[in-house]
Amino acid sequence: METTRREILKGAGLLLILGARANPGGAPQTAAAAGSYDPHQHLWAMTIDIDKCIGCGHCVRACAQENDVPEEYFRTWIERYEIDGSNLEHPTVTSPDGGKHGFPPSSETRTKQFFVPKLCNHCLESPCVQVCPVGATFHSPDGVVLVDESYCLGCRYCVQACPYGCRYIHPEKLTVDKCTFCYHRITKGLTTACCEACPTQARVLADLKNPADPVHAFLRENKVQVLKPHMATRSKVFYRALDGAVR
Amino acid sequence: MKGRWQNSIHLIRPAAVFLAGLVLFLVVRVFVVPPTFGQFGHYRGAVLDEIRALPVKYAGQQACAACHEEETHLKSKGKHASVACETCHGPAAQHAEDPGSVRPGKPEETALCAGCHEMDAAKPKWFPQVNTKEHMAGMRCLECHPAHDPAP
Repeated sequence: METTRREILKGAGLLLILGARANPGGAPQTAAAAGSYDPHQHLWAMTIDIDKCIGCGHCVRACAQENDVPEEYFRTWIERYEIDGSNLEHPTVTSPDGGKHGFPPSSETRTKQFFVPKLCNHCLESPCVQVCPVGATFHSPDGVVLVDESYCLGCRYCVQACPYGCRYIHPEKLTVDKCTFCYHRITKGLTTACCEACPTQARVLADLKNPADPVHAFLRENKVQVLKPHMATRSKVFYRALDGAVR
Repeated sequence: MKGRWQNSIHLIRPAAVFLAGLVLFLVVRVFVVPPTFGQFGHYRGAVLDEIRALPVKYAGQQACAACHEEETHLKSKGKHASVACETCHGPAAQHAEDPGSVRPGKPEETALCAGCHEMDAAKPKWFPQVNTKEHMAGMRCLECHPAHDPAP
């Protein structure tokens, strides 16, 4: 009698596991059928090489043109860091108009200076997604943090939650706006507007699920870092040659 | 039997109200929640296709190379090989769709060149930079450095 009961439980457990495998979380099959792009086959990320950024602002301008970013708001921007000797705690950070029109040239050679392009880090554990009360901001299956404008209330929780300052309220739509990794481009086989326009390939879009993507060699061969690793956001924008002073 | 029901009527009434509320909630929910909500997660699944449908403005290097073979070949051998066409010429998706009527503007050369190559201590040392005031001596950039193959 005891063995049959055990067998029944075993069988039921097996059925449960098989059932869960057959239909993982609803109906992703319909999406795969909708177009040739299957979001489950990709995981988008970006690499940024500080040693290649010249602060020209092409990325900021291209982003604004591609995505109709309003004046004085930025989905991506460039910061110039200036560090005096060992004073890592107090760098001078400037970003005139987000670096959109470049930076006034500096001839100061006694300090350490470099440019840091910034954008949404498309974190795997995003604070912004966690705080959205209505399901307007979310992780897409291919690892992009997106906003459903028709759902966003404009409550600004996510704007405050983002540790990287990557979100703003669109002055006309009054909903939140942010970098989409140019989702409308990358899902058609193009790269993002910022990566397309970058003249030195300081930024490169990467697909972590594509074994042929050069990102794997980049991550293997370089010392990389993400911004604010102590926030445990699992950022997917990987910086090479990032200085410790960068916030 | 009758007495038993009468004793519990004060429980049945709120239970009926609760049930009616539950049914109302479920009915309203069917109409209010969009059909694709929850398809991939706690959001409207259809929004992915809506975002994908946004217009592209930068056509991409391959679209340029498909027609402009000569410039692409010239550029691929030179120091500007890593610079995409649209970095200097601006977004050209409309031009790629209708090459006859929409033409990208000509970049304003000196300002554009200086935007990248002006001497700046914050730029990486490997990057070619000049102090344009001293370097140009009243000449134009393109007189010495053809943009597609700028080697001196």
